[in-house]
Amino acid sequence: MSLLLVDDLTVHFRIRRGLGKKSVDTVHAVDDISFEIAQGETLALVGESGCGKSTAARAVLQLVKPTSGAIRFLDTDLTDLSARQRRKMMRDAQVVFQDPFSSLNPRMTVHDLVAEPLRAQARKGGRELEARVLALLEMVGLGTQHLWRRPHEFSGGQCQRIAIARALALEPKLVVLDEPTSALDVSVQARILVLLDDLQRRLGLTYLFIAHDLAVVESMAHALAVMYLGRIVEQGPANEIFRDPRHPYTVALLGSSPSPDPESRGAMRVLEGDVPSAVHPPEGCRFHPRCPFRMDICTTECPQPHAVGGRLVSCHLPDDFDTSATGTAMLL
Amino acid sequence: MDDLLQVRDLRLQFRSMRGVVKALDGVDLTVHEREIVGLVGESGCGKTITGLAILGLLQRPQAEITGGEISYRGEDLLAKSDKEMQDLRGREISMVFQDPLASLNPVFQVGHQIEDVVRIHKGVSKRESRETARRALAEVGLPANDETLKRYPHQFSGGMRQRVCMAMALACGSPLLIADEPTTALDVTIQAQILNLLLRLREELGVAQVIITHNVGVAAQTCDRIAVMYAGSVVEEGPVVEVLSRPRHPYTIALYECLPHGHTASELQTIPGTVPDLITPPTGCRFHPRCEHVLDVCPTAKPQPVRVGDRHWVSCFWATGQPDGADSEAAS
Repeated sequence: MSLLLVDDLTVHFRIRRGLGKKSVDTVHAVDDISFEIAQGETLALVGESGCGKSTAARAVLQLVKPTSGAIRFLDTDLTDLSARQRRKMMRDAQVVFQDPFSSLNPRMTVHDLVAEPLRAQARKGGRELEARVLALLEMVGLGTQHLWRRPHEFSGGQCQRIAIARALALEPKLVVLDEPTSALDVSVQARILVLLDDLQRRLGLTYLFIAHDLAVVESMAHALAVMYLGRIVEQGPANEIFRDPRHPYTVALLGSSPSPDPESRGAMRVLEGDVPSAVHPPEGCRFHPRCPFRMDICTTECPQPHAVGGRLVSCHLPDDFDTSATGTAMLL
Repeated sequence: MDDLLQVRDLRLQFRSMRGVVKALDGVDLTVHEREIVGLVGESGCGKTITGLAILGLLQRPQAEITGGEISYRGEDLLAKSDKEMQDLRGREISMVFQDPLASLNPVFQVGHQIEDVVRIHKGVSKRESRETARRALAEVGLPANDETLKRYPHQFSGGMRQRVCMAMALACGSPLLIADEPTTALDVTIQAQILNLLLRLREELGVAQVIITHNVGVAAQTCDRIAVMYAGSVVEEGPVVEVLSRPRHPYTIALYECLPHGHTASELQTIPGTVPDLITPPTGCRFHPRCEHVLDVCPTAKPQPVRVGDRHWVSCFWATGQPDGADSEAAS
């Protein structure tokens, strides 16, 4: 059964200018995306900057108001809840952001940072609170000697551990991880990934993982949704997509990612062109200006997701079309 | 192949409020004509400082070179005056930085900025410098017309801005380019374009390069040789395929195993401990407190580079099996 179900979610932002704050344009941040996450699994939303992956996650967390579409979390439709009910629901959905230095209040001690959600939401206090704070810090691998320090005294990896402890304080079911290791060095990143994986197994957590680094995604995700300019172009089981990407954009994205394996030298592929503006996204398939297999229909009609094997692909090309030649080989 | 740049046992320290930071402690780096060398390591390992030191861009007296040598085409760069270095920068050795928006002046048209460099170094007429700027734009894959030259930095996308920076760096025909994290601020498909451009600049113009990066994948896919840095020292240097497929230094081995590429999170290896504070760096080999193969000699003596294969050098007592002194086969 799915823990989170997102159906036809659309988020548009109005650009307002001038004295009357007249709306002059619309940013199509997220357009008609649907996905679900099974209990205890990790769904990764991947794509380049501006593709709408963070906006989608913020909509799930009710931090931005969806323009349309439904979000069902724990079998409750979040759209028609009162503010009070929603606040109660959102205890079960927590978030860890990319930059731990800006997501932790620099004036609070580690103890207070972790205790804050417990005081605010669970109304815990006294000994029970102290015991819980210690248990949470131990869970993320921080000792009691750190209890009264402030964020600036910690390294990036340690701060991210504090942020994780804080997110887990209310025993959430869903944790949104928005680029949780992008600001970290690889040796620190590895430790945070190991911790997140361990916590998921021990606590049965469900993750919505936002990332641009495909190697990180490959190590964490069960399911994958690839976004381009506000739409999901391909989604399905992560290992299948990594083994055999179908959508030309997925192929290009995987091909552009530099592998540290020296055996694969020369296998990288280059896709030309830039991501267009989300204010005036291209008509039809949004990828068509960069797609080497563009057909007439792609410029006019937006492809609907259809099933190919165990996954959904939004592309007008025939299912058996060989997309592996997307992009050109690197000079080497 | 001729040596273009040679850095030998470079040592450098900074004066800070907290004490003297021993930032570089034995950096060895050789770049041959038309060669691309990767300088790889995690934050704070001194890779950027090495690049800045080569160009004489570090501020004195806070930064002080305490030993070693830097020679370019047989000339001792450390003996040159500020005036001589200024003449050399941009004409012989150029540099591009991570954030192209910060390295371009926002209030001047990019054409103006590129032409400035040409006029200063070559003393040519306005018309000639404009012609050179146009040619430089074409070389980096931008439309070579007046319209591009008249645009301001904010009117370009991130990838195009990095191309502008490269056009500026190469407008005077520098045979050596130092690229400091040239693709870190860019999305993965744009990163592939820029890496391909670096390879093309070598192919077509014969530009040798030092690519400073934290991303092992970037180095693996573009460089001929790599130098791995840890806490201010180059610990291993050699042909990229050799170093990455048969790493010999325990840090290189550990760093490679931290990479999530093709592993699930539960299989990831981590490096115990944290990067040392360089005000009080560990004695002997700076990696010894975190090294799983530490020998009795490691805390007391600093390992010198020893040849372990064809042009493959490692500074480690454990890897080279010479715990009683590395003098016999030491480099330089």
